[in-house]
Amino acid sequence: MSAMLVADFRDAGVLVKASHWAKAAGYPLADAFSPFPLEGMPELLGETSTRLRLWMFIGGMTVAALAYGTEFWSAVYNFPIDSGGRPLHSWPAFMLFPFAVGIFGAALTGFIGLLVKCGLPRLHHPLFDINGFERVTQDHFMLALHAPQAENDKRTAVAWLKQAGADTVWELEW
Amino acid sequence: MSTAADITREAERWTQASGRSLEAVNDIVSAPLIDRDRWSWRAWWISVVISLALTVVMLVTILWLFDKGIGIFGNNTTVVWGFPIANYVWWIGIGNAGTLISSMLLLLRQHWRASINRLAEAMTLFAAAIAGIFPILHLGRPLYFYWLAPYPNTMSIWPQWRSALIWDFWAISSYLLFSLLFWYIGLVPDLATLRDRAKSPVARALFGIFALGWRGSARHWHTLHVYHTTMACLGVPLVISLHSVVGLDFAASLMPGWSETIFPPYFVVGAMYSGFTTVILLSAAVRWGLRMQALITVEHFEVMAKILLAASVIMALSYATEWFSAWYGGEAAERRLVAFEFTGDYRVLYWCMLFFNCAIAHLFWFPSVRRNIAAVVIIGILINVGMWLERLLIVLNTLSHSYAVGMWRVFSPTIWDFLLLFGSLGFFAFLYLVFCRVVPVVSMHETRRLLSTEAKQ
Repeated sequence: MSAMLVADFRDAGVLVKASHWAKAAGYPLADAFSPFPLEGMPELLGETSTRLRLWMFIGGMTVAALAYGTEFWSAVYNFPIDSGGRPLHSWPAFMLFPFAVGIFGAALTGFIGLLVKCGLPRLHHPLFDINGFERVTQDHFMLALHAPQAENDKRTAVAWLKQAGADTVWELEW
Repeated sequence: MSTAADITREAERWTQASGRSLEAVNDIVSAPLIDRDRWSWRAWWISVVISLALTVVMLVTILWLFDKGIGIFGNNTTVVWGFPIANYVWWIGIGNAGTLISSMLLLLRQHWRASINRLAEAMTLFAAAIAGIFPILHLGRPLYFYWLAPYPNTMSIWPQWRSALIWDFWAISSYLLFSLLFWYIGLVPDLATLRDRAKSPVARALFGIFALGWRGSARHWHTLHVYHTTMACLGVPLVISLHSVVGLDFAASLMPGWSETIFPPYFVVGAMYSGFTTVILLSAAVRWGLRMQALITVEHFEVMAKILLAASVIMALSYATEWFSAWYGGEAAERRLVAFEFTGDYRVLYWCMLFFNCAIAHLFWFPSVRRNIAAVVIIGILINVGMWLERLLIVLNTLSHSYAVGMWRVFSPTIWDFLLLFGSLGFFAFLYLVFCRVVPVVSMHETRRLLSTEAKQ
């Protein structure tokens, strides 16, 4: 839990500009909330790389390997059927099942990874207590900064956010 | 076709002026879900009653089928595959198109997809689910369909992994689950919007649960973007493999007219063709029924008509390749089959199919036709009928006229064949009508993003 200042903006461009200024002024950005993804925002927040794709690759390959292993073991060792002299290990015919389920495995790993990374599902969050936060999924934009410790600095930050175009600034902890 | 980045002229924008603010988009899309009294739902109710009646017809046919067996269909000892397999291939084709369209357009940065991707993906889910029913109905002993899955059993046997039926089973089930994830994850931010707009506590709670607590955080948007684009990259090969497998059901055989290497890509293009026509029909219905004129514009129909035109040329090329290979290969049975297609028992259907699939789309060379929604819809319906005929004739021609002359038989459908076909159409319509009332049919967050990119120009 840390103290945050959350500022409400009417316009995406104003918020992006304010975030640039805030970063330059040395206020640590915590997060931004918007009804659609804002270009350049992940970079400002330091969210440049993600391991999600790597996890998806690992998940997909694991599922595909399991599928191929099942085929190989069942067709060659556990229940061999000689069907017209075809090789027991008919690898070309065995490729499709691992391919299809492997892609689904990657998708599912990614889905779970996304939920874990975003901390979802989380049906309640202190932000939802802000009166007006419901506009963030519709047409408002909010910027969250880590609030400075000293009361004086905090007041300066609030005044500064308002000058940058914020309608309202709230203080809350999460 | 322009991307949002180079849009400068009013004529090239993908929304009408009345839908060009964030609030306008939210309002237009969420009105059918949370502001239901804005208009009377008479057309919707009439459609629901009709589609529900057809759904009952489908269920009765299925019950009758389970009781009597597949002898109720027109299938005979030679034409062992009839309507159910043709319907399966046709439905799975439509089911293919949603994700194919959605992910390809995403990767190609076609921002206009924002208005149609959701409804195309929903179409995919319902059509693929319906398609999956047909092979099971066509099994002699449908109650044993679960033998397709590898599960520990007292007989200690395993599925035959070399069988195309097993490939189908895995391809369809993987695809269906994949499409569900792709569709749902794109829906989460919109469900959050609805949660925050809902007036009744029940609606707010339901939308809230499915929105997973989405709060529009920039970090979440970033992760979602990475996941969504990666899913699109995975989705394209998956759909191509899915309909290729359906093509392999035929091509892996040794029958004249089926055992052709062109089948997998030819099936994929056919899927995109019939799928796009279905997207056009659904877009027109949604646009009119849910008052989406500001978001689904004439420009959308125009670009989709252009895609149909291109697909039509590829279909014609595929047919020509089939005829050429039959002639150039020199196999008597293959050549006889092509002659049978043009002059045999099903010739009227074949000529109709060629007209619908290869000729009629050439009207789209004229901009006035492409920009006339009624014309695009009518041509779309005819193309879809043509594609259904193609699926049917692939089955009937080869089976009726294969190597052994003594085995030649003609297929004639029974009333049950038609009842099942129209029943499945009614069931699809019913599912779609329900979808329109519980989930936003246009992606709000992607449209909002489109507006912001356009506004920057």
